[in-house]
Amino acid sequence: MTTYMGAPRSRGAELGRSAAGLARRLDWTLVASVAALSLIGSLLVWSATIPGDGSDPLESTDALRRHLLYLALGWTACLVVASVDHRGIRAYAPIAYLVTVVMLVLVLTPLGEVVNGSRGWIVIGGFQFQPSELAKVGLLLVLATLLGEPRDGEARPMTRDVVFCLVTLAVPLALVLSQPDLGTTLVLIVIFLGMLTLSGAPIVWVAGMLACGVAGALCVWWFDVLEPYQMDRIQTLMNPAADPKGAGYNTNQAMIAVGSGGFDGTGLFQGEQTHGQFVPEQHTDFIFTVAGEELGFVGSVLVIGLFALILWRILRIAQSCEQPYPRLLCVGVVSWFGFQAFINIGMGMGIVPVTGLPLPFMSYGGTAILANMLALGLVLGVGSRDRGFA
Amino acid sequence: MTPVDDVELPGRKLGRAGLLLAQILVLVLFAVLAMRLWYLQIPMGEHYRELAVANHHQQLIVPATRGQILGASGRPLVNNSVELVVSGDYHELTGMDDGGRKVLTDLSEVIGVPLEELQKRMRLCGPDVSRPCWPGSPYQPVTLADDVEPSVALQIMESSDRFPGISAQAQAIREYPQGEHAAQMLGYLQPVTQEELEAREDLRTQFTGIDMVGRDGVEAVYDAQLRGTAGRRVLGVNNHGGVMEVLSETAPEPGMHLVTHIDLGVQKIAEAALAEGMANARPRYKADSGAAVVLDVRTGGVVAMASLPTYDPEVWRGGIDQGSFDQLLGEEANNPLLSRAVQGTYPPGSTFKVSSLSAAAENGYSLRSTYACPGSVTLAGQNYQNYAGQGYGPISLHKAIVISCNTVFYNFGYQMWKDDGGLYPDGGADEAMAEMARGFGFGSPTGIDLPYETSGRIPDREWKRTFWQTNRESNCHRGEHGYPEVAKTDPSRAAYLKLLAYEQCVTGFQWRANEAVNFSIGQGDVLVTPLQLANAYAAIANGGTLHEPRIGKALVSADGTEVRRIEPVVSGRLPVSDETLEYLQGALTAVPKEGTASGAFAGFPQDEVSIAGKTGSADAEGRQVSAWFASYAPADDPRYAVVVLVSQGGTGGATAAPIARAIYEGIYGFEFSGQVTPDVEIAAGEGKPQIPGGVPPEELPTIRPDGSINVLDR
Repeated sequence: MTTYMGAPRSRGAELGRSAAGLARRLDWTLVASVAALSLIGSLLVWSATIPGDGSDPLESTDALRRHLLYLALGWTACLVVASVDHRGIRAYAPIAYLVTVVMLVLVLTPLGEVVNGSRGWIVIGGFQFQPSELAKVGLLLVLATLLGEPRDGEARPMTRDVVFCLVTLAVPLALVLSQPDLGTTLVLIVIFLGMLTLSGAPIVWVAGMLACGVAGALCVWWFDVLEPYQMDRIQTLMNPAADPKGAGYNTNQAMIAVGSGGFDGTGLFQGEQTHGQFVPEQHTDFIFTVAGEELGFVGSVLVIGLFALILWRILRIAQSCEQPYPRLLCVGVVSWFGFQAFINIGMGMGIVPVTGLPLPFMSYGGTAILANMLALGLVLGVGSRDRGFA
Repeated sequence: MTPVDDVELPGRKLGRAGLLLAQILVLVLFAVLAMRLWYLQIPMGEHYRELAVANHHQQLIVPATRGQILGASGRPLVNNSVELVVSGDYHELTGMDDGGRKVLTDLSEVIGVPLEELQKRMRLCGPDVSRPCWPGSPYQPVTLADDVEPSVALQIMESSDRFPGISAQAQAIREYPQGEHAAQMLGYLQPVTQEELEAREDLRTQFTGIDMVGRDGVEAVYDAQLRGTAGRRVLGVNNHGGVMEVLSETAPEPGMHLVTHIDLGVQKIAEAALAEGMANARPRYKADSGAAVVLDVRTGGVVAMASLPTYDPEVWRGGIDQGSFDQLLGEEANNPLLSRAVQGTYPPGSTFKVSSLSAAAENGYSLRSTYACPGSVTLAGQNYQNYAGQGYGPISLHKAIVISCNTVFYNFGYQMWKDDGGLYPDGGADEAMAEMARGFGFGSPTGIDLPYETSGRIPDREWKRTFWQTNRESNCHRGEHGYPEVAKTDPSRAAYLKLLAYEQCVTGFQWRANEAVNFSIGQGDVLVTPLQLANAYAAIANGGTLHEPRIGKALVSADGTEVRRIEPVVSGRLPVSDETLEYLQGALTAVPKEGTASGAFAGFPQDEVSIAGKTGSADAEGRQVSAWFASYAPADDPRYAVVVLVSQGGTGGATAAPIARAIYEGIYGFEFSGQVTPDVEIAAGEGKPQIPGGVPPEELPTIRPDGSINVLDR
């Protein structure tokens, strides 16, 4: 009887203690920043999904409610991950990697669903998700392991490790590219490059890979590696006004939305560009333009500032890490969030080609939010533990 | 250095430096974003706001209700009626998954129009898309079927779930409550053409794409006033063309009503009398067309104006179809769109003698002398006959008018021609006959408020020279090479024609004696319109003042608050002395009593209303004689000028004067007792005057604030 009653009680007490400890050690600035972005993002998603016929916002909350549900799931996952020792998670990195590879393969089977010309979704019984988002987390974990804990007890990754990383990267990269999902492909490459650069790998490799990245981008530019619509999008960026109804339409409308917001914006739910549905994919890829139009410079610069703050906090956590593995985890996450945020916001303002990447924590999309939150959880977990070992 | 430190340090060092660099990179990248944001929203904000407005603001023009056209008493000649039209919402239908195919299929069954036709009507007109297509804005309802049965419209309105994007509504169209009366004067509406749009700013700025514009008659002349000012509605639209809200709205201002001088009763009688008189002239004469004009001699107001053949303006309703249009313009229809009164030109014949007499009187031929009226005269080697070759000896000019003696005027024409130098004028020829004719208003448009008025023609020496120059080349060619195609069948005629052409080539610029002689009795190359003649006789009647005739009497706003009278316009004075004018009036007064029109006016109560007038029977080569009667009444206190023409209708006294008599009988309420007794349903009742007291109303019908019209009750 006592054993029966006692065991759960003591386990509960332990959990309570660990939760209290976690709460004490958490980077609250980071948490608050992400929470603020989640909140702003929810409002923007809500605004962007009100039909353009002057409906009452209170009567079109379907998308908002789903978005809030994803956020709730995401935050839960984040806190669970944060409370688990990252060294324990590390052991599962190969499994996470394998699972993502399997899912990316499944996407290419009849289970996969084509959305917007890209076979990137798996639909199982009304539940649908985007494996390429989760692939970012899987790759992050496995690269951190490979680069952070080199074989044969080396302090830093050697050529062999880098080559192994490249092979590890190549598999999901090829699968994502074949969907085709250029945006995620770039994110995976950037995660790899960011982690490699700060991993202490031989300078030749770092410089070589960065050079390859630049060369690759140039190759893409000069030769027909990209799909025609992707070329159009890049060319559009150079001169969006040239062809407003063609490929440049998205960029043009996005810039009109952002620009027309002015200093203080039109007010939430008041954006005529937004509610006239002139900007396509506005609740996902172009969510920032809603901020631009409805919240104006004040609100949009706040969003940009919050992202900068988040990245800075994660880099601070990375700085505080003694061990390469957690540090590289943080570096990978910064590369990921930083690249994706810059690309997304930049394309809404016409300085980056339209690549179709969601804005972390803000864009509508369950899998993306879950992946962002898992990554955030990893960082928070690192921050709450590694600090003590300094 | 401990081994441990040795192992740890390089990675950490690199890591720290790298992380610092990473922080700087993040700062730089996000600063770039913030700067770009600043650039877009602050310095460029206004620019993008304008683009945003252009994106989602759509201006819709709401046409104003067109003003009515009213008779002098206020009875409507043209008003607006309502028909039911079925229309589709362009964006809603094209936005459907099947492009609205299903809805249109259902609709095609209900309204009985094939699906393909509906789909064509649904297309927007463009350079590559021609009718049937929609010429208007896609934000306007696209008309799919007009003049729909109420039951069909009801069916569509009641099952709106079966017909999403389809609606049935009432639409104003032009209606002609009086039927085909005054058709040419009223005119008609047609879709605006590109040229009209370019020429008229008021059309361009309020153009909806489906506008109709007055194309003829007073509908054309008073188009801007009848049209009113269109309203504007600014709509907020979304990317799919759906209307989100009405941002601003200015109501249309309805067009003004046009009150005319037209007396509907007189108009009906004029038309019926003209038709009957023409019928009486057949089958002896072709009587192919005719005109009757009634003017108010004091103001130039057009009391009635009839032109035959005519047509029913209903054909314009809802857009004319090609078949009806071809029929209207076809040979058989004999151009019913043409107003014979304003656009038809004919030799005036003896009615023109008022001008010739004035020319003589003002150029030294005494009104108190007598002049020889032989049965025929030979002038410059050519013989000219009186009508029926009858001679009267020496007679006064008064009598020359009353019996319509030609030879007196032939002599005048010849003498004046000779005085001018004949074939070889040295220096300035006076051309007194032509000068006087122009003084009577012939040879130039009267300036009536109708479009496409013709000038007629007063030939003179200069005209002859111009004519010769224009045709010289062909005449000279013919004069040299002859008419080989005619020579095959008729060699003698070909030889005659060749000689004529040769003569024309060499001396065709000369104003010859025979031309001057024919001119004097309104023959030869003299051409006038019935309206010009009526206007000239009105001037004789009123003491010498020429008016620009006016159909419009006033423009009154739709709520009756604004009244703009259309004041009479004096265009000139007859260049004759009072003595000559009085002499002329006396002579004309005698014509219906003892002269050429006495037969037609036998039994007419001249003691009550004395008629003054002149008959005319004009010849033209290859045509039958045309009948004229030009007149005014009452002779002692003139009020109306009445001119009747029947083209190829016989003599003026036999064909035209009886028609004018019937018109006078109608105006004054005398019983129809002449040869023409028009069978017409008359508002005032037969035997009652159409114009009580014989005086047109001075006052206007009033329009109440609610838009209803208070018809003058006299």
